[in-house]
Amino acid sequence: MKLQETVNQMQSRWNTELKIDLDLSAGTAVVHCERNTVPPLCGWLFNTMEYHFTGLVPEEGTEEWKLIYFFTGEADLGSIQVQTSAPLNEETFQSVSPIVHAVDWHEREAEDLFGLVFEGHPRLGDFVLHDDAWQEGLAPMRSGFDSDLAHSQRKPKSNWKPRKVLDAPGAFVMPIGPVFSGEAESSHFLLETIGEEIVRALPRLFFKYRGVEKLAEGKSIHDALLLSERFAGTTAFSHALTFCTAAEKLSGGQIPERAELLRIFFAEMERFRHHIGIIEGICSSTGLVVAASQAGILEEKMLRLTGKLTGHRYFFGLAVPGGLSRDTDDEAIKEALKEIKGILHDLNTLEKLLKKTSSFLDRLEDVGIITPQQAQDFELAGPMARGSHFCNDVRKLLPYGMYPSLQFEVPCEREGDGYARLRIFFEEARQAAAFMNQAAAMIKPGPVYTPYSGGEGTALAGVETPGGASWQWLRVDKNNRITRYRIMPPSFANWHGFHLAVEKFAFQDFPIIKATLGLSVAENDR
Amino acid sequence: MSNWVLKGLQSGVVTTRYPRKEEKAQGISPGFPDIDSQGGDINGREEDVCPTAALYGDSNSLKLDKGRCIHCFRCVRNTGHPVSWTSGFEWASFTEKGTPFPKIFQKSLYIRVVDSGDCGACLNEVKLLNNPLYNMHRLGLFITPTPRQADILLIVGPVTDHMKTALRKTYDAMPEPKRVMAVGSCALTGGIFSSGFTSGSGVSSLIPVDIEIPGCPPPPLAVLHGLLTLAGRTK
Repeated sequence: MKLQETVNQMQSRWNTELKIDLDLSAGTAVVHCERNTVPPLCGWLFNTMEYHFTGLVPEEGTEEWKLIYFFTGEADLGSIQVQTSAPLNEETFQSVSPIVHAVDWHEREAEDLFGLVFEGHPRLGDFVLHDDAWQEGLAPMRSGFDSDLAHSQRKPKSNWKPRKVLDAPGAFVMPIGPVFSGEAESSHFLLETIGEEIVRALPRLFFKYRGVEKLAEGKSIHDALLLSERFAGTTAFSHALTFCTAAEKLSGGQIPERAELLRIFFAEMERFRHHIGIIEGICSSTGLVVAASQAGILEEKMLRLTGKLTGHRYFFGLAVPGGLSRDTDDEAIKEALKEIKGILHDLNTLEKLLKKTSSFLDRLEDVGIITPQQAQDFELAGPMARGSHFCNDVRKLLPYGMYPSLQFEVPCEREGDGYARLRIFFEEARQAAAFMNQAAAMIKPGPVYTPYSGGEGTALAGVETPGGASWQWLRVDKNNRITRYRIMPPSFANWHGFHLAVEKFAFQDFPIIKATLGLSVAENDR
Repeated sequence: MSNWVLKGLQSGVVTTRYPRKEEKAQGISPGFPDIDSQGGDINGREEDVCPTAALYGDSNSLKLDKGRCIHCFRCVRNTGHPVSWTSGFEWASFTEKGTPFPKIFQKSLYIRVVDSGDCGACLNEVKLLNNPLYNMHRLGLFITPTPRQADILLIVGPVTDHMKTALRKTYDAMPEPKRVMAVGSCALTGGIFSSGFTSGSGVSSLIPVDIEIPGCPPPPLAVLHGLLTLAGRTK
């Protein structure tokens, strides 16, 4: 096991500074260290040992602050948690982001919501809570924060202005959003330019911040499930699945095989529909009306099929800890597969037509390029990363459910432009349909639910959602109440790298690049 | 070069005949609990209780506040005494102050859509109104990029703190006569997010609402029915 080697190397490098709990059978290592050891240790894991950065979980205990940096390795490198703590009255930590850039937004979020200080971080402030709406030092995620008082005690910075970096004759900032012309999600972009080309792009997000992590605190598993399902409605099932997987890790209970297979079936069905929706978005962003309509018809057909099979067009209420809330009979699944075969055929025809439309390809090719190195540095996720030859996939990395018994290759493209991402969306849609067939072929009669017993402790679960790897962290106390719920969605990683794709390209490419990335704002904002 | 015109013609007409004829396709609506049915019990285990108190009363006289229902299906899929379920989508209802547009405006209306923090599902259903299967253009309904030309302000989401300014400005920029349409249980009551410190308790806490479309999310036909009701074109 390579995890053992990593741990040995770690010990010889840092010697007495580390306290390591190694569990080889689970493939995990928990490393406790001092605050000033965290940046070099994380840097070594990420840059030298090539572990993937999964996320940062800040926690406020009864006596101390705790920061957990999660790393996941390929093959049998295993998973590593780097933990550090500090007394509650000391709020200063060493920033990891100068060494591991992927940590950047995680630390900014922790600074904004917990009021922690990260020494050496290049840019803090105005992130989740906007400086022109809230005062500094609010720290709403702290346990002492009274959520009822916040509205009446506002002291925002009235003179807040976006930071301008570009200093050249004729340079100006072009603001876009938060309300768009059509029915796009609310987000704000500050684009700096001296004319045609976007020189610097600053996305200002969290207009839709609903504080889901705070809302979940004190709730039972069953009630928090509803939040996990509804913070990003178009990918509701896979996020609910992430939550259920974490909850099931806590209880240690197994779920029935039929439920596992149906979960794969529905998760892939969601991916299929989600990707058709993204393809529709790409077609309409280029003004190709007929193609957009064709994809639109397929999207609505999939939504109706979902509604017919599960009772809800977006899978709401289906996944529950312990399995699924309702069974679907085999006859209905067979019918659905027939319909999906037809939809897939239409989708393939659409792809052929699109590949022969030069005016469409001209808008995508060599536009919105993200290099493989950038994708790796920013630890991008999902189709956005796979278009740039950064091919991580939780279904391969840390397989969950019945995925290990299914055959598949992770689709990957090299160019990193809009066209590469479009091909990824088509390929993954095809693959999702193949998954549905494989899973359906293995389904045997049986129950789809075992009563959920609950459990105390902590659990991390990762699921490959349509947008990429989503991670959720749960801490549950002895009364079965959630004390900490942390969501690390793929779009949080991907919006961090959004500017890479749009900078150096012209204004008219902006909406098209945005469409080819296929990012969700609701998922990021939480 | 692909022949898109031919491709479009080959697809034929796929648009629903609603509102002239009933739409009976499956999977067009998530439905609601049926409170007229007998025997439903909503006081079961913790995981069976209605999380937003949309269902209340006792098993003899169940009551339903549609604006709170988030389609978690707990009341219908519980192991004890499930309530029954209805389909349909004509759920729009005027608020106390809400009235349809004057007759001169009824034939064509322009809609301004504002996302005030929705999860993406409501917004997706609104997007689908332009889908060939629904095609609201045929009814003279259009989404407009500017509030200056808009007749209807269509709002999805619970009105998060950061969206308040943008929403207020959009409303103020619209000329009279204007109507406000709240779409989805978040926009009506805050839904599952109503107790948050940054997520609001619905649109009516900020601006007056004329018509409410319940559902989580309301399907495209429910929104369409709401728009036609505002135009005074439903019975």
